[in-house]
Amino acid sequence: MGLFSKLISKLTNSNEVSLSDWKTLEADLLAADIGPKIVESIINQARLIRGDQAQSALTQVLMKSLSRAPREMNLSVAKPSTFLIVGVNGTGKTTSAAKLAAHFQKKSLTVILGAADTFRAAAVEQLQTWGKRLDILVISGKEASDPAAVAFESAQKARDSHSDILIIDTAGRLHNKSDLMHELEKVKRVVEKITPVNEVLLVIDATTGQNGLIQAQVFSESVAVTGIILTKLDGSAKGGIALSIEATLDIPIKWIATGESIEDIAPFDPERYIEGLLA
Amino acid sequence: MFDSLTSRFSSAFSSLRSRGKISASDVDATCVQMREALLEADVALPVVEDFIEEIRTRSLALLPSLQAGSNQAQAIFDVVNAELTRILGSEARRVRFSKKPPTVIMLAGLQGAGKTTLAGKLAKYYADQGNTPLLVASDLQRPNAVTQLQILGQSIGVPVFAPEEGNGKGNPVNVATDGIKYASAKQFNMVIVDTAGRLGIDGELMNEAVAIRDAISPDEILFVVDAMMGQDAVRTAQSFQEGVGFDGVVLTKLDGDARGGSALSITQLTKRPIMFVSTGEKISDFDIFYPDRMASRILGLGDVATLAEQAKKAFDPATSAKLEEKFSSGEDFTLEDFLEQLQAMSKMGSMSKMLAMLPGAASMKKQIENFDEGELVRTRAIVQSMTPTERRDIKVLNGSRRARIALGSGRAVSEVNSLVERFSLAQKAMKAMRGGSMPAGMAMPAGMGASVGKPKQVPTKKKSKSGNPAKRALEERS
Ligand SMILES: Nc1nc2c(ncn2[C@@H]2O[C@H](COP(=O)(O)OP(=O)(O)OP(=O)(O)O)[C@@H](O)[C@H]2O)c(=O)[nH]1
Ligand SMILES: [Mg+2]
Repeated sequence: MGLFSKLISKLTNSNEVSLSDWKTLEADLLAADIGPKIVESIINQARLIRGDQAQSALTQVLMKSLSRAPREMNLSVAKPSTFLIVGVNGTGKTTSAAKLAAHFQKKSLTVILGAADTFRAAAVEQLQTWGKRLDILVISGKEASDPAAVAFESAQKARDSHSDILIIDTAGRLHNKSDLMHELEKVKRVVEKITPVNEVLLVIDATTGQNGLIQAQVFSESVAVTGIILTKLDGSAKGGIALSIEATLDIPIKWIATGESIEDIAPFDPERYIEGLLA
Repeated sequence: MFDSLTSRFSSAFSSLRSRGKISASDVDATCVQMREALLEADVALPVVEDFIEEIRTRSLALLPSLQAGSNQAQAIFDVVNAELTRILGSEARRVRFSKKPPTVIMLAGLQGAGKTTLAGKLAKYYADQGNTPLLVASDLQRPNAVTQLQILGQSIGVPVFAPEEGNGKGNPVNVATDGIKYASAKQFNMVIVDTAGRLGIDGELMNEAVAIRDAISPDEILFVVDAMMGQDAVRTAQSFQEGVGFDGVVLTKLDGDARGGSALSITQLTKRPIMFVSTGEKISDFDIFYPDRMASRILGLGDVATLAEQAKKAFDPATSAKLEEKFSSGEDFTLEDFLEQLQAMSKMGSMSKMLAMLPGAASMKKQIENFDEGELVRTRAIVQSMTPTERRDIKVLNGSRRARIALGSGRAVSEVNSLVERFSLAQKAMKAMRGGSMPAGMAMPAGMGASVGKPKQVPTKKKSKSGNPAKRALEERS
């Protein structure tokens, strides 16, 4: 069994948790990318745990670092409910946009996709391919056209066709490029001229290290991120940086993605995630 | 809150430096700080522990031999620098060309690492050196990866072998094999094979990569890895090494602010050298990897060598010579010269990227991040809207001319006024400085027009002789 259960049985049966047990727990948490500062605080709290409630107490310690903000998607009565998908390059934005579209389509909601990545070669075609597979309308502009114009047009289209959901895919951008961040702010601003943006979802790749925290902070400052999509959890990475983001910035993880197929997305389940972290 | 490795190291060492005599417990305290800094920088835990242990032992051994009053902190700093450089590799390895062309390069890595873009960059890099690369589109998985490669190939004028449209259809092994055959028949001397992203733990897809490898016997397999990657980089790299195996590593997205500690872990644990770095979305944002530069960047010395090289590339030597001539002969530096400089600067890429390479950049991170790139663009627009006469002599700029320029550049008259005002101040300052040894190419722009926090803080020249060879060489040159 994993170290977690070993540790718990030691905590439960006696007080003989050795220094090396704590070191191993520390190593495991660090290996999950939770980050040295939060790991230290978790270990300090865990050291206070004694007795037969150890299991739940330790889970509680980890759960406590999670955000208390609601994890459900904020859907509005007025149509459309609009989601903006943002993040650094290659994290899985386009795939996640398509997966979310399929998810809501299955619930018999009408969905429109906006292809506002007008920068990367073949990004529009990539989303269109998904659109074709799902039979969902994809609004796009000419290559190298203004992403804000495409976003604006998709918002108009979604409003005029009384669609339930509008999902806008944006180009990958590194948070330290201020011109690209301004461009993103503009995309959001022009959409809001037509319809409120219900969710700004930041896509974080589970393999991301400590830089993920800076990403979340800068994207939040710029476009007020409302939730995280944690992708590539089907790999060996645990995505602990998302826990750091929750603990530090109070932004909730809303979705997890676990593969390249359209159905590989699910609402985030905190307890299962914590279990998985320590498995 | 989110200090990079650079700033963490800087602070660890400045507290060490501020002491006179260093004791064993000072070394220990620094090691604790260094451990946290390395973890924050995503260096894998086992690598961190080994590294710290090595530094501690070597530093402690060094202490008694140091003369009282000698710079002990510097000595320890040198130990750290040497050890970092050693792990990162002593020099950049180049691609091994096959005796029997074509030389075959295969790219492998996780989803989203940046393989397709990198394929284009590699092709351009080798084409510029007189090779004839062929790009082969073997990523048939991700929707429109093939289209992406085709567009890239077209933009750089490199042919793309793409018999299958992809999107889940076609056999990547056949495409790769046929690509090599095609390249041999058509006398391409190099083939770069893009493959689908795959997880290290996905046995089936790893076998597919092995099948591609066995079918084309690449001369180099390059493992492409995102510089932002965390602790899992080691595990992933190891499973790729055991799976397909690789000869070299390419670090991508180094234009971000992640310090790329995973690079340290990967080379240390797989014993494979980092060969190239990818530093932006443009095809030209690509370079070979310099271990000493990376080490000095990690240590907060700034990447001066890269900066100097980019400046050399961007500033046409004739223009620089002309400027220097003007400067020393007492002629006025005009807006026309300034425009030339602005244009050269935009060739160098983003200003914040350049500033970040300067030594001491870690301590002015905020200013650099807040640097408004748009300011340069706006300034250039204003100068471009002037007539040559106006550029040569700003004294002719009366009210109506200024209004016309504002209209032409789409800026406010007040912005034109402020530019002219600052320029005439700068002109005066230049006159006063005349005879100094400022390199002409770099003289004006930082202070002009741009609203970088306090440009004066940028230590363009330092008195100290650097312990870093690249940096020292540069100091001695200037
Ligand atoms: N294994 C795995 N792969 C994923 C997942 N989500 C996306 N991918 C893959 O990751 C790669 C990049 O995904 P994209 O959706 O193109 O990423 P993006 O963020 O839109 O990329 P850019 O627009 O280039 O910044 C593709 O190969 C996807 O198939 C996931 O949950 N698991
Ligand atoms: Mg995309």
